[in-house]
Amino acid sequence: MSTRTPIRHEKNSRDTTPDSHLFPTRSYDLVKEFVIALAVVGLLTLLLAAVFSSPDRKALTLANWAQAAPADVVATATAELAGTSTSASYGPPYNSAAEGQKLGPVPMQKLGGIRTPVDSANDLVLTPLRTVAGDAALTAALKDWDAAADDQRTKWASDYSDAIAAAPDGDPAQAAKGEYGPVPALGAKFLALAGTGSLVGLLTTSGTFYTSNGTKPLLLLADGAYLEDQARAEHLGGDQWGMMNETGNYPGQPWMWLYTFWYQVEPFASSDNADALVWGLMAVLTLIFIFIPYIPGLRSLPKYLGVHRLIWRRSS
Amino acid sequence: MTSHASPAGPSDGGSWTVSLRDRLTRTVPKGQLLPDRQPAYVKSWIYVFGVACLAALIYVVVSGLVLSIGGAAWWHESSVGHFVNSTHLWSVELFFMFMVVHLWGKFFMAAWRGRRALTWITGAVCFIGSIGAAFTGYLSQTNFDSQWISTQAKDGLNSVGIGGTFNVLNTGQMLLWHVMLLPLLVGVLVVLHVILVRRHGVVPPFDAIPPGGTGDVAGSAPVAATAVGTGNGSAAPTNVGQHDDVPVLEPSMLGRSS
Repeated sequence: MSTRTPIRHEKNSRDTTPDSHLFPTRSYDLVKEFVIALAVVGLLTLLLAAVFSSPDRKALTLANWAQAAPADVVATATAELAGTSTSASYGPPYNSAAEGQKLGPVPMQKLGGIRTPVDSANDLVLTPLRTVAGDAALTAALKDWDAAADDQRTKWASDYSDAIAAAPDGDPAQAAKGEYGPVPALGAKFLALAGTGSLVGLLTTSGTFYTSNGTKPLLLLADGAYLEDQARAEHLGGDQWGMMNETGNYPGQPWMWLYTFWYQVEPFASSDNADALVWGLMAVLTLIFIFIPYIPGLRSLPKYLGVHRLIWRRSS
Repeated sequence: MTSHASPAGPSDGGSWTVSLRDRLTRTVPKGQLLPDRQPAYVKSWIYVFGVACLAALIYVVVSGLVLSIGGAAWWHESSVGHFVNSTHLWSVELFFMFMVVHLWGKFFMAAWRGRRALTWITGAVCFIGSIGAAFTGYLSQTNFDSQWISTQAKDGLNSVGIGGTFNVLNTGQMLLWHVMLLPLLVGVLVVLHVILVRRHGVVPPFDAIPPGGTGDVAGSAPVAATAVGTGNGSAAPTNVGQHDDVPVLEPSMLGRSS
């Protein structure tokens, strides 16, 4: 017999792993194994689906929000007008109100640019209100708002926002008297519009008949407290491992445990740059995971862990 | 012993068809795509999880296709649709469970040895791509989970500057990523991964030395020295798909074990 030396052998001369085709063999029916696996997994899937079903809590509507938490709707609309809501002060990709998060000295969020421009006051509150016809009080309030200078608008909305926050139960009706211009009227009209159920359509179909983009209504909903209150009641908060969970007693996305884990511990938990730091760390860990075969030490670790002896009992 | 001539002889020069056939044959030589024999050391339950992954993936794809027929909101309105969605969910959960066990098993075997790094890399990227596919599935459900997960996830993506392009609040965009782009990525990677597994065979145990061999032949392309087309365990091995850059095997090199 003769054995030729492989041409490519010298590229990895330290790896002395033999060719698997040189070893003794035994019968192995791959197709049969696959068919059996297909049958078992199919039965398991049907069984689990029949017994446990799947969660489907209905999406919140803006009308639900207006009915269940009217004060939150008014407070959110006021914050949008004041420029103090989460979306209004977010920064890229929605606006330039902030620089956003950094990864070390690199302003990653800013570098991404304003790719999804959203003017919270106009896009989420004023533009939908301007579509309402036949409401003289609303028309007058919008006229007053348009006629005021930017500083005046901000002062009206900020003062009213503070007054609502200080009122019992955050109830706008119990807010302290003050000089708020047309803001209370705009807030009340916005609540009424949300209650009709038409607001979501005004936020998503502006300029087009078809829509599949929920960016604006979702930003508005997330600016309020109602969505988070509902989520926390379902144990979905960020500090409740929420990213990997779903409503009800279902497994959710346990494969995201490591990503979610970092948000539970310091320094990430209290960092203003938590998202960028976690993403940066996960990017590094992911690259290590992918390129384990090329990392000295790590690539040899399994041999010394000894778990392989459970797999190759007779061979090692 | 003699070696067969290359399929592309001098008279075939310039034939793209012959070149492609030759390339495919070199990638997975005849008998290696669906071999009826495996190395004797392939004898553990851990090896089942790779096949289980493929089986679960088939149910993920099939249930997803059925959901696609009904449309994005069908499963909210129909009990049949809801059941199909449940099979989609649980096949995904099984798929990930099998894949994680498969992955840990391959890690403990250091299955990247013997020039199998690309096999590991395609599997690892497939795992990450599958996480993306599952994630966009949650964003496409059009229910409360979608609302909450998308509004939370946007901050992570925005923080590193990719949220404007990959907008998790844009349900239509996420649905297309979920049903088209990411399944395509995962599908291509799975095919590549399986081809690489078949090409290189199953990684041998640490420090194992084949009978009569030095064992120092890492990185060789498959020689296809297993018995082809018999399956009865009695046939002598047949050399097929031989190449100039790989060892040529003799039947005497290959022992038999039950």
